[in-house]
Parts: sequence; C-alpha cells; structure tokens
Amino acid sequence: MPVREGIYGLLAEFDTPTQLVYAAQTAYESGYRRMDCYTPYPVEEAAEAIGFDEPKEKGVSRVCLLGGILGGLAMFTLETWVSVWAYPLNIAGRGKFSWVAFIIPAYEWTILWAGLSAGFGMLALNRLPSPYHPLFNAPNFRNGATSDKFFLCLEADDPRFDIGESRELLESLHPTSVVEVEH
Amino acid sequence: MATKDISPQDPMIDPETGEQRVIAPGHTFRSITEKLTRIVLTTHTPLGWFFGFALAGSVAMLLLVAVTWLFLKGTGIWGITMPVAWGFAIINFVWWIGIGHAGTLISAILLLFKQKWRNSINRFAEAMTIFAVICAAMFPVIHTGRPWLAIYWLFPYPNTMNYWPQFRSPLMWDVFAVSTYATISVVFWYIGMIPDLGTLRDKSKSKIGRFVYGQMALGWRGSTRHWMRYETASLLLAGLATPLVLSVHTVISFDFAVAIMPGWHTTIFPPYFVAGAVYSGFAMVLTLAIPIRKFYHLEDLITIRHLDNCGKVMLATGFIVAYGYMTDIAYAWYSADKWEFFMAWNRIFGPMGWSYWILIFSNIAFPLTTLWSRRLRQNVAYLFVLSLIVNTGMWFERFVIVVTSLTRDYLPSSWGTYRATRWDYMTFVGTMGLFTALFFLFIRLLPMIPMSEIRQILPGAKINEAELQHKGGD
Repeated sequence: MPVREGIYGLLAEFDTPTQLVYAAQTAYESGYRRMDCYTPYPVEEAAEAIGFDEPKEKGVSRVCLLGGILGGLAMFTLETWVSVWAYPLNIAGRGKFSWVAFIIPAYEWTILWAGLSAGFGMLALNRLPSPYHPLFNAPNFRNGATSDKFFLCLEADDPRFDIGESRELLESLHPTSVVEVEH
Repeated sequence: MATKDISPQDPMIDPETGEQRVIAPGHTFRSITEKLTRIVLTTHTPLGWFFGFALAGSVAMLLLVAVTWLFLKGTGIWGITMPVAWGFAIINFVWWIGIGHAGTLISAILLLFKQKWRNSINRFAEAMTIFAVICAAMFPVIHTGRPWLAIYWLFPYPNTMNYWPQFRSPLMWDVFAVSTYATISVVFWYIGMIPDLGTLRDKSKSKIGRFVYGQMALGWRGSTRHWMRYETASLLLAGLATPLVLSVHTVISFDFAVAIMPGWHTTIFPPYFVAGAVYSGFAMVLTLAIPIRKFYHLEDLITIRHLDNCGKVMLATGFIVAYGYMTDIAYAWYSADKWEFFMAWNRIFGPMGWSYWILIFSNIAFPLTTLWSRRLRQNVAYLFVLSLIVNTGMWFERFVIVVTSLTRDYLPSSWGTYRATRWDYMTFVGTMGLFTALFFLFIRLLPMIPMSEIRQILPGAKINEAELQHKGGD
C-alpha cells in the first residue's frame, strides 16, 4: 500500500459502550457514513448505529455455502472416478459405483471446505491480515481498543468530513479524548 | 432444600436466581484483561510450570523411544498377534479422539445453545481437543509400522504406481473424518483466539512479544464491521463443527460396527460411541480445569458453576453410556445368535472379565450413583478423583470392546489371548506426556481463557437503553 499523506480520520475515545452507541447514532444522523467503531468485544448496537447490517451483506455465509457445495461435490466426484474408472476393484462382484459408502467422505469434505471458507472468507472480507493500519498510529488506540475502551472514528474520506466541524461534533458527545489520526 | 447449605451472603450466589454465578462479581474489562494477559506476558514463569513441563516432557520421551524402536523393528514389538490383531493402537486412538470431543461440544454446541457459562472454559477445552486429536491421529499412522508408506495407503493422490485407495472401507472414512476434525478444530480455535492475540500484542512490553503476537493477530483492531463478520463466521463454524463432531465418532464406531465380529456388529454403536466420547471428554476437562484454576488462581473465572455443569453433562452422557451397555447385552439375547450370546457371556465372565467389571465400576457404579448429589458435584476434590476414574473406565470400555471380541471369535480353535508389551505401555503413557507437555506450552504462551468472550458476559457490557433514550431526548 502506498504511503499516503494527510489524516486518516478523527478518533474519539469513550469509556462505556452506551456512550459509543449514542455517539455513533448521532454521527450517522448528522450524515456521516464512512466511519467505524472499535470495541474490545462485539457490540451489535454499534453496528446498527453505523448502518452496517451483516446479515444483509451475507458475505461470509455465501462463501461458506459455496465452499461446502464445492468441497462435497469434489470428494464425491473423486471417489466415483477412482472407484469406477481409475482403480476399479472387483470385490465379490459388487457394484463399482457404491455411492452410499461415498457419502461419508463427501460429507466430511463438505464440512471441511465450508469451515475453511467461512474462516478464511471472513478474514478476506475483513481485509485481514493487515499488519499496518493508520489507527495503530493513534497514541491511545493500542491500549484501549483491545482491552477496555470504545472508539468511534470518523474517516476523512467521508464527504461530510471537515476537520473543524467533525471535531466539534465529536467533542459535543463527551468523549475522553479526540485525536487526529495520521496516515 | 438446597438453599439450606448456602448462606445468602455468599458472593458467588446470584441473589436474584439463587444460583451459582458464572463468574465472580466485581470484575471489569480492565481487571479481566490484566489478570489474563499477565499469565502469558509475565517475565517470571512460575517454577511449578518448569517442573510440570519438564516432567511431562520426560514422559513424552518414552513415546519418542517407543516409536523409534517401532520404526526400526516393526509392529512385532507390540502385543498384537493372532487373533487379536487390533490392540493398544486402536484402543488409544478411540480413547484420545473421544476425549477431544468434549472440547468441540463446549465450543460449538453450547455456543449454538447460547450457554454463556461456556465462555470461560471453551478455549482450553478446544486446545484439549487439538492436542488429543494429535495424540489420537498418531496411532493410525504408527500402527502401519512404516508410516512413510502410509501416505499412499491413506491419501488419494496421483502416484507413480497408479494406485488409489479403497473408498468403501471404514478405515478410509476415518482418514477423512479425523483429518477434517483436526483441521476444523484448529481453524475454530485460531479464529476464536485472534481478538485475544490482538490484546496480547497491545499489552506486550517486549519487542519479540509484540512482533510474534502482532503477526498472529493478523492486524486485528476490533472494528465493528469485522466483529459482525467474525460473529457470523463463529456461528457458522459452530454449526459445522456440531454435525462434524457427531460424525467423527460415528465413523470411528463404523470401524467396528461394519465388521461382522460378535460384539461389534450392532447399530447402537454410533450413538453410544458419541455419548462415551463426550463423557470421557468432560472428565478430561475437569482433570485439566481443576489444577489450572487452582494453580493460576482462576477461581473467579472457572467457578463452581462450571464444574457443577460439567458434572451434570457427565451424569446425562453417563446414562446414555449405561444404556449402550445394556443394549449390547439385550442385543446379544434378542438376536438369538449363539455367537453373540457367547460373546456377551465371555465379555462379562470370561478370562478377560475383570476388565468389564473395572469398566462397570468406573463408568457406571461409581459416577452415576454419586453425581446426583449437588454437594458432591460442587466438591472439587471429588470431581477431580471422579474425572480420573471415568477416564480410566472409558479406556477400559475400548479395551473390552476390542480385546474381548477378538480373543474368542467364531472358531474355538483360533481363540487366543492378548498381552500388551512394555512398548505398548510406553507408547500409551508417552502420549499422555506429549498431551500434557503441549498443554503446558499452551497455557504459558497463549490466552487460555477467551478475554473477548468474558467481556461480553460482564455487567458493564450491556448497553444502557434508558441512558441512550435519555441522551437522545436532550
């Protein structure tokens, strides 16, 4: 990623999840859209407040479903190909296409690939791993976002963003602090 | 009746419900974070840790020696012979993998049932699963005697011999069940750990710690969008792990049930194996949790409520196991098949009958009569002893199934007996050392209690709706 100049956004720190949710709601009502909350555990109300609806996005579930279907089909096809064409074994004249027995490995692979797709799909949709992120430059972020503080970041990309006005809005919500985050 | 023994002033009792609390009162986000990160990030490793790790490591050396000798000499050094061609290797395999199942039950099934009490114990139960699967998976590999050949026996891949494996065999199903189980368990465990690794990265004061945990945390920063996708992925993984864990022991029971050996060829095997797996797994959770909470002073987080609940699960699964034993005998009687009938008699009163009585005592007679008592279920010493007894019993269950059926099959002229050799014992005891050593490394290097999940059940995590409305009003 090329190094960018300027600021990434304004980061407000709160002590309680309730304050954070209220701040996010207020910012959303004021027309901000490019923003995100950072919390030490999942806060569903914060996602609602910033207008992010994961069930509607369906990204992770879709990847998972696709992975499961492909995994199951792949194993079933492989078993059929091996047992019927590539290496047919005649065991007391029984049929080569014994699909009942093939279900079991195919079932396991459905779960295997659905699970891997859900896990890695979630990471990919979240653009992780990302060892660098501008927020890690904020002095108070690292000591809080993964332990006991709640953050709201208004991003500079937002058309409504204005360094003075946005700061004023955040200050009015009684945060512990508001800091500018450099890229 | 029960309220008589507990004083209302006991801080561990929730005054509203009269039940034991899931975690002790008075904890905040910060205190949880400090308490749990300190265990990992401390520069003063407790002396007891070194002692325990060294002890477990030395026991694991037995495994190394036994396996090296096995590879040099072949499986002839084991006690297996005709007619008992399956011995310790399969007993240990089934036992270990069964132990792993409780971890998945706690992390996946209880998550789907929204059992919040699982939050404290799910991480180390999952670690237990992974280490148990490592120990289990070793046996099918080493029992081939020449594991470098086992690769083409087990895995379908294009090779120069144009050979492909036989997919109609339960042993091939095992390969896919166990490898899937191991993979999904690791993914579930690791994904669950990412937020906590982020915490460790941020709390670590050493450069190496920041780098290593930083790499492992994959840049986690607690974004709400990330959290929501993360929650969906966790639920999906739990939903996938649930049918998986049931299928794994079912497939393992097929190794027996698909054979026509008397005592193996029954339809009760899959459910009875799964229940037995959960039973022994919860026993192992208690074996591990009780010393850990004592040694690391985690009584606030792994409370009596957890131990009590584990006891209740064991009571329920223990009864399913008892039902399985009864069905086994009932099946022999109802089948009117003289070989089945003889097998049942031989199993109970034959030359190996002592192993059956050990199993009846340690899986049925002792646990299922005492676990009813709440007072005993909340007694830590009792639970610890019980957990060891049940795990012994569950090992003997597999011993009984494997050995008593094989020693005396259809033809009296081919009857024999079975005696394990010192190499069998060394391998088995060695896997316990390996398991314990891996567990010691885990509790020292990784967060054994999921901080992000504990935070969710703290009172401070609730959004105060009234405050939110009030703020909106002014």
